[in-house]
Amino acid sequence: MSAWGNIRTIAKREMGGYFASPVAYVFIVIFLLLAGFFTFMAGGFFERQEASLNAFFTWHPWLYLFLVPAVGMRLWSEERRLGTMELLLTMPITTWQAIVGKFLASWLFLILALVLTFPVIITVNYLGNPDNGVIFCAYIGSLLMAGSYLAISCMTSALTRNQVVSFIISVVICLFLILCGYPPVTNLLLRLESPRLVETVAAFSVMTHFEGFQKGVLDSRDIIFFLSIIGFSLFTTGVIIRGNRAG
Amino acid sequence: MIRVENLSKSFGPKLAVNNISFQVERGEVLGFLGPNGAGKSTTMRMVTGFIPPSGGKLSVGGFDIVEKPIEAKRLIGYLPENAPSYADMTVSGFLHFTAEIRGLRGDAKKRAVNRVVEMCFLENVLHQSVETLSKGYRHRTCFAQSIIHDPDVLILDEPTDGLDPNQKHEVRTLIRRMGEKKAIIFSTHILEEVEAVCSRAIIIDRGQIVANGTPQELKQRSDLAGAVSLRVNGVPTDVIKQKISVLPLSKKITILKESPQKVSLRVFPKPGSADGELARNLAELSMKENWHIEELHTEEGRIDEVFRSITMPDTVRKEESK
Ligand SMILES: Nc1ncnc2c1ncn2[C@@H]1O[C@H](COP(=O)(O)OP(=O)(O)O)[C@@H](O)[C@H]1O
Ligand SMILES: [Mg+2]
Repeated sequence: MSAWGNIRTIAKREMGGYFASPVAYVFIVIFLLLAGFFTFMAGGFFERQEASLNAFFTWHPWLYLFLVPAVGMRLWSEERRLGTMELLLTMPITTWQAIVGKFLASWLFLILALVLTFPVIITVNYLGNPDNGVIFCAYIGSLLMAGSYLAISCMTSALTRNQVVSFIISVVICLFLILCGYPPVTNLLLRLESPRLVETVAAFSVMTHFEGFQKGVLDSRDIIFFLSIIGFSLFTTGVIIRGNRAG
Repeated sequence: MIRVENLSKSFGPKLAVNNISFQVERGEVLGFLGPNGAGKSTTMRMVTGFIPPSGGKLSVGGFDIVEKPIEAKRLIGYLPENAPSYADMTVSGFLHFTAEIRGLRGDAKKRAVNRVVEMCFLENVLHQSVETLSKGYRHRTCFAQSIIHDPDVLILDEPTDGLDPNQKHEVRTLIRRMGEKKAIIFSTHILEEVEAVCSRAIIIDRGQIVANGTPQELKQRSDLAGAVSLRVNGVPTDVIKQKISVLPLSKKITILKESPQKVSLRVFPKPGSADGELARNLAELSMKENWHIEELHTEEGRIDEVFRSITMPDTVRKEESK
């Protein structure tokens, strides 16, 4: 009956939903293959000749750009399509318990996928002497970033009963969050606009905030940035759902 | 248990529910009747707390649905229109989930699931996923979900929609039985169901209540109520009509069926006639005339006729202007 009990029940159901279909396994395999490809082929892991996972983490913002919305797109749109939203929201739970439960389940799923990348840690430790503190830090940043993308997908999935539409909108938003701090773009902007403005825009970018984690710096401002994206998006999800119901 | 006062709901400029008030107590089964788009589902969605009302007051078991939604929702079991459920779950998984979210744990949960599985005849499909079920089973799965916590208040939106005649009969029996201890609202557009199940019925049209009463009372509003039907063998129609029309209570005679041998006709009483008076007069007449009567009975009135005459304003208006 407690809030936490309700959240757990909802999260458990949602998690079961992922593994009831082959989609979950397909997703994890694709995630690992792409992570491997980016790290070893595109990232030039071996050519770097350094004992770090920079080649691995640099690609995460881009890797998540498509994979995380794919996980999050069904969260609410599926409930709307099936009509189960009416069932769920007439149960003795609050809307935010449902939102948090569903979000946590899919975040846990992404964390599981991320944990399965552990062979890269073994590899880099086998080949050299990396700073495992930095690696740990980067993992924290990566899962916070995944959570932010996911919260955004959660929000867009509440907007429509069509998963594809939900996917596209969240990719666009996430892409914006990447590009506004992506060096090629900021450099271009610097030539056109005042540095102050560019800096302000870049402050909203996941790139800027993920950088610190990759260097092994746990800056509270970066953590707060990601947590506020999650908080804001989940709050907005609640507002959208309330709007849906009010008609 | 359920109190609805001046409830309204508008979707943009459209007024879907317009100033509805009613009450349902424990032991009552209230039938919601009305044409498609009348506002039945919208009303039920407000009672269950899914959509907020635009105006009016609404409480379940004393708890205001807007101010104390969780307490109110705990008392309610709800079967939404089209019986939605999670397609990728098994029946058993789905029922365990709903039991858990209703706060049932451990043994209580198991017992609750077993009870509804038995009541709704779901044993055979327990481990099948919901999307592979036939419509009847899917419906019963969602129905099972609504009674899993043995709620005091049950809201059922078209509970027999899409079931075959046997399943319809089972569900009606179940509703009637549960209605002895619960407060139940159910909507339907099958009018015979109302007589079979409800202790009271409300007819809604374009968001407003246009009739409210027991099935008996509603039937009496029918033009047919009180009319006497009779079938006579071997007497010319003209003779019958002539003799009956001079009876002081008879207002109008319509011929229902005519064959060379037999004639069936219906006699409507003058307003204000006592119940059964016209039938007695007709019986006396036929005895005096030595008619061979094969059938004679007073009509109770028919709900479908009441329904049609109330919810089709155009025909009503035409009749009034006559
Ligand atoms: N979410 C909504 N947005 C806009 N109009 C709606 C919505 N839900 C219902 N309506 C309208 O309200 C009216 C009543 O609908 P409903 O309650 O579903 O009728 P019923 O269940 O009696 O068939 C209909 O005209 C319908 O189009
Ligand atoms: Mg309806």
